[in-house]
Amino acid sequence: MNDFAELLDRLAFEPRRNAKLRLMEDFFRTTPDPERGYALAALTGGLSFRNAKPGLVRALIAERTDPVLFALSYDYVGDLSETVALMWPAPSQAGTGHNASPPRLADVVEGLSMTAKTELPGLLARWLDALDETGRWALLKLITGALRIGVSARLAKTAVAGLGGVDPNAVEELWHGLTPPYEPLFAWLEGRAERPEGLVVAPFRPPMLSHPLDEEEFSRLDPAEFCAEWKWDGIRIEAVRELTLEGRRIVRLYSRTGEDITGSFPDLCEALIAEDAFVGALDGELLVLRGGRVESFNVLQQRLNRKAITPRLMQEFPAHIRAYDLLGEGEEDLRPLPFAERRRRLEALVARLAGGRVDLSPLVPFASWEELVAARARPEEAGAGIDAEAVEGVMLKRRDSPYVPGRPKGLWYKWKHDPHLVDTVLMYAQRGHGKRSSYYSDYTFGLWRSGPEGEELVPVGKAYFGFTDEELKELDRFVRRETVNRFGPVREVVHTGERGLVLEVAFEGVQQSTRHKSGVAMRFPRISRIRWDKPPREADRLDYLAGLLPREGTMKTRAGKT
Amino acid sequence: MQARDILSLTPAGLYCPLADVHIDPLRPVPRALITHGHSDHARAGHGAVLATAETLAIMAARYGEGFCGTAQAVRYGEAVTLGPVRVTFLPAGHVLGSAQILIEAGGLRIVVSGDYKRASDPTCAPFEPVRCDVFITEATFGLPVFRHPDAAGEIDKLLHSLTLFPERAHLLGAYPLGKAQRLVALLRQRGYDRPVYLHGAMERLMQLYGELGIALGDLRKVEPGGRESLGGAVVLCPPGALQDLWARRFPDPVAAFASGWMRVRARARQRGVELPLVVSDHAGWDELCATIRETGAGEVWVTHGEEEALVHWCTREGLAARPLNMLGYGDDEAEAEAVAEEAVAEPSA
Repeated sequence: MNDFAELLDRLAFEPRRNAKLRLMEDFFRTTPDPERGYALAALTGGLSFRNAKPGLVRALIAERTDPVLFALSYDYVGDLSETVALMWPAPSQAGTGHNASPPRLADVVEGLSMTAKTELPGLLARWLDALDETGRWALLKLITGALRIGVSARLAKTAVAGLGGVDPNAVEELWHGLTPPYEPLFAWLEGRAERPEGLVVAPFRPPMLSHPLDEEEFSRLDPAEFCAEWKWDGIRIEAVRELTLEGRRIVRLYSRTGEDITGSFPDLCEALIAEDAFVGALDGELLVLRGGRVESFNVLQQRLNRKAITPRLMQEFPAHIRAYDLLGEGEEDLRPLPFAERRRRLEALVARLAGGRVDLSPLVPFASWEELVAARARPEEAGAGIDAEAVEGVMLKRRDSPYVPGRPKGLWYKWKHDPHLVDTVLMYAQRGHGKRSSYYSDYTFGLWRSGPEGEELVPVGKAYFGFTDEELKELDRFVRRETVNRFGPVREVVHTGERGLVLEVAFEGVQQSTRHKSGVAMRFPRISRIRWDKPPREADRLDYLAGLLPREGTMKTRAGKT
Repeated sequence: MQARDILSLTPAGLYCPLADVHIDPLRPVPRALITHGHSDHARAGHGAVLATAETLAIMAARYGEGFCGTAQAVRYGEAVTLGPVRVTFLPAGHVLGSAQILIEAGGLRIVVSGDYKRASDPTCAPFEPVRCDVFITEATFGLPVFRHPDAAGEIDKLLHSLTLFPERAHLLGAYPLGKAQRLVALLRQRGYDRPVYLHGAMERLMQLYGELGIALGDLRKVEPGGRESLGGAVVLCPPGALQDLWARRFPDPVAAFASGWMRVRARARQRGVELPLVVSDHAGWDELCATIRETGAGEVWVTHGEEEALVHWCTREGLAARPLNMLGYGDDEAEAEAVAEEAVAEPSA
């Protein structure tokens, strides 16, 4: 545990990707099995402990510290694990009389999965007593399930791949057939065993990603070399359907990071099982379709992140795939083929499908960039029709582009809509978490409306990014200086017509909301500019947002991404 | 007579009407008592200033000889009578010359502790606890997450990193007054006798400490525009210089920062620090609590920092406590200090 804790601590302070890789590779090279395998599982988010929850940690610290001091500390540090690791009192010398040795990571993993729920608090407390601050922090991070050390699963797999000098995608394609502590994987990478083939049915293929279109580069591109598609406002999904050797039909659904999300979409999975014309791997967008119309992201969100997938949920929010690429068919890997060729194969496949759960993402016809600019500005008139509200821009794909995992340069571009902008007034601020912790970095802002007592500000949303570190310090100073009221961790800052701070907020759209006092919820709001120069009374009015509401977007919304 | 009659809070800071003096005033006043030389406590432009000789020397080095109308030096423990009030300066252990100020009037003893710490520091006299009725304390690190570890252990982390990365210069960000000198002294105590290199902004105060009798060994200047990579060397610089153009002259340096704030990981990350060293010149949580108990004070005033938690603790201990919510020393004192120090020191860099 100590070595692993030290690795996490060093990774957390290391900003450079290559140095992170070196730290991890060194660790995997010098740490024995199964310790390194459990570390890999932790770094790739592959460990979860059913009975060990943040609540357990909170209960342990509550027994040992003053609740007010804990609340103030947590508010300041902005991270539960770190707060507890720092506040954990030294075990009393007179206590048990012996110094327990700190647990190994393998002890922790086994202990957490084997120990009865009632005995967990005692076990965890003994470990916390035996570890130093870094060890406690790492253990608690592990238990609360959020390492947040700037290492993606992909980066950890890349480091492991480095051990055997293989391409990270080779590890990725094996991944879903492996389980912690991954001994066969390490054995293969160290040349002690064969590649652990055949373990994975319906493997994940890392997706190809696009670059934002840069206006200057755009002017040099030749429209004849590109196809355009709508950029759908859903989530990226890969659907793989295979037959096992025994002829069993297997369907797996993966997120863009390779997470197996099959279990969340039994409706889609069942429909795909029945599609006997399809053996292969599709790349597309997961969307909710109702009455032949694509619903907004807000509606899709009500389907996502639900623990219980009830028949009612599936009926109310039916999941669909709008397909835009075909990565494999039968035994054939289509990824080396040019996009135009894959597209022909995809169109032919979708035409053979019967169930209506998969359709084709249409191409947007254009002969010149002017035509594409016009289509992007008015998708409803350029073929998107009633689905236009779910379009968030266009994708440009080179006709001759092979399917390259990762984010290769010069092949695919995303060209999003310009965001809406609104001048709001800062009303409340709260300290942030993670990177922003201990600064007032979560801002609630409002717009003007006519109230019973004249003009009043009504809160319309919250934003916690979009500013630079320098601007954050200035905002933090402003909040401290201009606080007029405190409600627990929330500070109310001055916001009259004359005194206060105007924040220009960028956002992607609005939705009616019963949860917000203002009746509207903004999508993806972020601070685009701080208007130190502008008096609050000149900020915008709520009517402006209300005017942006979609025609029939009267769904109850669950605000914000979770 | 009540404590509030002896000391009141004015826009310029704490004020004693009986003696007509301010303590660490934020703006120019006719008569000032100064606890220590940090620029948010010791400002230029007052009429008469009473402080320790070291604090006066630091102020003169900072602001020039004419930093005030008249300056009077006072020794630790020496009582000075100002009308009906007796003031005594006692060591605060914060930086060289730093003092707590004991104010006695009408049978009451009030201690204005200024900034202080309890950990040992080879560059200044140790804090002396003083029995008093009212203890006025800072709370920069007034949360129970701020438990400063042994400074020697933190210095060992730096020494360990020097052996791990002998090819990389170790840029050590530190406040130029107090922290920088303490770090050099601690390095020397751990047996490190190689030259320590200095950013231009560090030189003047480092030299002043030497003149005031604090031996710091071989100190060298980083030559302006020098090509030397200083691999494996310790280079002291103001915290702001870590992200500066200045730092880019070193190929692949290790960014270290010595501060009590480094206890919280996010704080270190926000500054892009790779090697955080938890070395503080302010009292940590346990030191604040222990000191309040030792003074025997029945009443505690908290000047600045995380006052809410400390006031809560005092109340729970049965002590009368109130936050003064003093602005100007900054909610985030160390940050303010760093900015102020750099603004003052940069011209010579």
